[in-house]
Amino acid sequence: MTATKKRKMISWLFLLPSLLGVFLFFVAPFFVVIYYSLIDNPIQKNFVGFKNFVNVWGNSAFRQAGINTLRFSLVAVPLAVLLSLFLAAVMESRIPGRSYFRTFFLSPLMVPTASVVLIWQVLFNYNGIVNNIRMLFGAGKIDFLKSDQAQVVIVVLFLWKNLGYNMILFMAALASIPKDLLEVASLENASKFQVFWYIKVRYMSSTILFVAIMSLINSFKVFREVYLMTGDYPYSSLYMLQHFMNNTFASLDYQKLSAAAIIMFAVVTGLVYIMYQVENFYGKDLEG
Amino acid sequence: MITRDRQRALKRKKRIDTIKTVIVTMMAVMFAIVFLTPIVLTITNSFMSPSEISANYGSIFATTEKGGKVFVSKTVNLKLIPDMITFSQYFTVLLKSPEYLFKFWNSILYVLPIVIVQLGIATLASYGFARYDGRLKRAIFFLYIIVMLMPYQVTLVPNFLVSRSLGIYGTRWSILLPGFFSPFAVYLLTKFMKRIPTEVMEAASIDGADEWMIFSRICMPLCKGGLASIAILVFFDYWNMVEQPLILLPDSDLHPLSVFLSKINTGEISLAFAVAVIYLVPPLLIFLYGEDYLVEGISYQGGIKG
Repeated sequence: MTATKKRKMISWLFLLPSLLGVFLFFVAPFFVVIYYSLIDNPIQKNFVGFKNFVNVWGNSAFRQAGINTLRFSLVAVPLAVLLSLFLAAVMESRIPGRSYFRTFFLSPLMVPTASVVLIWQVLFNYNGIVNNIRMLFGAGKIDFLKSDQAQVVIVVLFLWKNLGYNMILFMAALASIPKDLLEVASLENASKFQVFWYIKVRYMSSTILFVAIMSLINSFKVFREVYLMTGDYPYSSLYMLQHFMNNTFASLDYQKLSAAAIIMFAVVTGLVYIMYQVENFYGKDLEG
Repeated sequence: MITRDRQRALKRKKRIDTIKTVIVTMMAVMFAIVFLTPIVLTITNSFMSPSEISANYGSIFATTEKGGKVFVSKTVNLKLIPDMITFSQYFTVLLKSPEYLFKFWNSILYVLPIVIVQLGIATLASYGFARYDGRLKRAIFFLYIIVMLMPYQVTLVPNFLVSRSLGIYGTRWSILLPGFFSPFAVYLLTKFMKRIPTEVMEAASIDGADEWMIFSRICMPLCKGGLASIAILVFFDYWNMVEQPLILLPDSDLHPLSVFLSKINTGEISLAFAVAVIYLVPPLLIFLYGEDYLVEGISYQGGIKG
C-alpha cells in the first residue's frame, strides 16, 4: 500500500512542470484579469463593481466586433460541420484514388495563412478574378472586402482551411461504427437514409459535438485572414473581436481589456456548455 | 425466366452503382480543384518574372517599380503557367532582401523550441495524468481543456499581464514561455497514453521497475506515433501564428514571417510569391512526409469526453 502511495506521489512529480507553467501563465493571471475588471484603474484600485462591464458592453466598437464575430461563427460553424460530413461521406463511398483525395482535402490545413493571402487578394479584389467571372455572367463588379459580401468571403476562406481537418475527424468516427450493426440494418431493409440518420449520425454525435466546438474555436482565428488582407482597420463588417482587442491593447486600457476578456470567456464557455447539453440529450442512450 | 430477370436486375444495379461512383468522383474532383488551386497558383506564380507579375496583378497591388514604366493592364490575368519560368523572384529574396530571411529565421527560432519543449513538458505531464487517475487529477485535466478551448482573445490578456510583470514583454520569451506550457499537447498525449493497458505498467512495477523506468522504457516507445502527430499539429499551429506577436512584440524586428509577409503587398509584390512559397516549404514537406501521423493525431482528438 505504501509503495502504491509513493508511486502516486511520484506521478504528481511528472505533472509538476506543466502544472506550474499552466498556473503561472494562464490560470493565476486570469484571476488578476478578474480583479482588474472590477477596479477603476491600476493605481487607485477603487472597487467599482460591474461598471467596466457595462462600459465595454455599451462600447460601440465592442458591439460591432462581437456581432460580426458571432454572426460569422453562426454561419461558418454549421456549414463547416455539414460540408465536412458530406466530404467524409464522399470519402467513404468507393471512389478511385481515395488516399489522393484525402491528401488534397487536408492540404489547406498546413498552408500558413500568410502564404496564401496573396492569392485571396488576387481572387477577391475589385479587379480580381471572381469579379471577372461575374462580369462574364453579366453581373456587376463588387469590391468584396469592402462590401456586405465581405463576410461571405471569409466564410469561404474559413471553410477552405478547416474542412479537411473536420473531415478526418468524421472519417475516424465513421470507421468506428460497429460493422455488425450496419449489416443488421441492411438485412432489415433499412434505406440508406435511415442507416445514415438513425445509426451513423447517432453514433457520431460526440464527434459532431467535437467538430462543432473545434470549428467554433477556429472560427475566432479567421482574424488572421482578415488582418493579413485588410490590416488593423478593415471594412466595418470585418471588424472582429481580435481587432477590438488589438486596438485596446494599443491604448493600454487594462480595465476595458479585462472586462472584454471575461465577457468573451463567459460567451465561449456558455456556447460550449450548450453544445455539450445538446449532445447529451441526443446521444445519451449510446454511451455505456 | 426467373434467373434471367434476376440477371437483368443485377446488371441494372451494377450500372446504377457505376453511375453513382462516377458522380461522386466528379464531385470529389471538383472539391479537390477548389482546395488545390490557391496552393498551386502561389507556387506557379513564384516562377514569374517581376514584369509579368506586375503586368498581371498591377491593378491590384499598384506596384511602383523603380525606373521605367511598366505596362499595367486594367483587368487581372490569372495565369496558371508563367510565360517564362524564371527564378528571379527567388534570387531577389535570397540575395538582395535579407530581411525576409531574418523573419524566416525568427519563425524557426519561435517554432522549433516551442515544439520541442511543449512536447517534453507534455510527455511528462500526460504520464502524470494517465497513471493513477483521481478526482483531483480529473478536475485539473478539465481545467486544461478549458484553457485549451479559450481563443486568443481571452488568453492573450493573461499572457500580456504575466509577461509585463516578469519583464519579458516585447522579448522572444513572451512568445516562447506561454507556448512551452500550452495545454494542447498535454490533452492529446494523455489520450494516447490512456490507451496503454494499465496491466502492462502494473506488471513492470511488480517486476521492480521504478516510475521513471516505466515512463521511459514502456510509455515513451508506445507513444512514438502519438508524439510525431502532435509535433506536426503544434508545428502547423505556431508556424501560422499571427495574434501573439501582434500583441506581445511591439518591435517588428522580432516578428515571425507569418506576420511580416502581409507587409510586402504594397511595395514588393514581385517577390511576394517567392517569399510565400519559401514560407510554405517547411510545412509542405512535413505534411507530405507525415500525413499519416497527422491523420492519426487528428483522429485521436475526437470525443472530448475520453
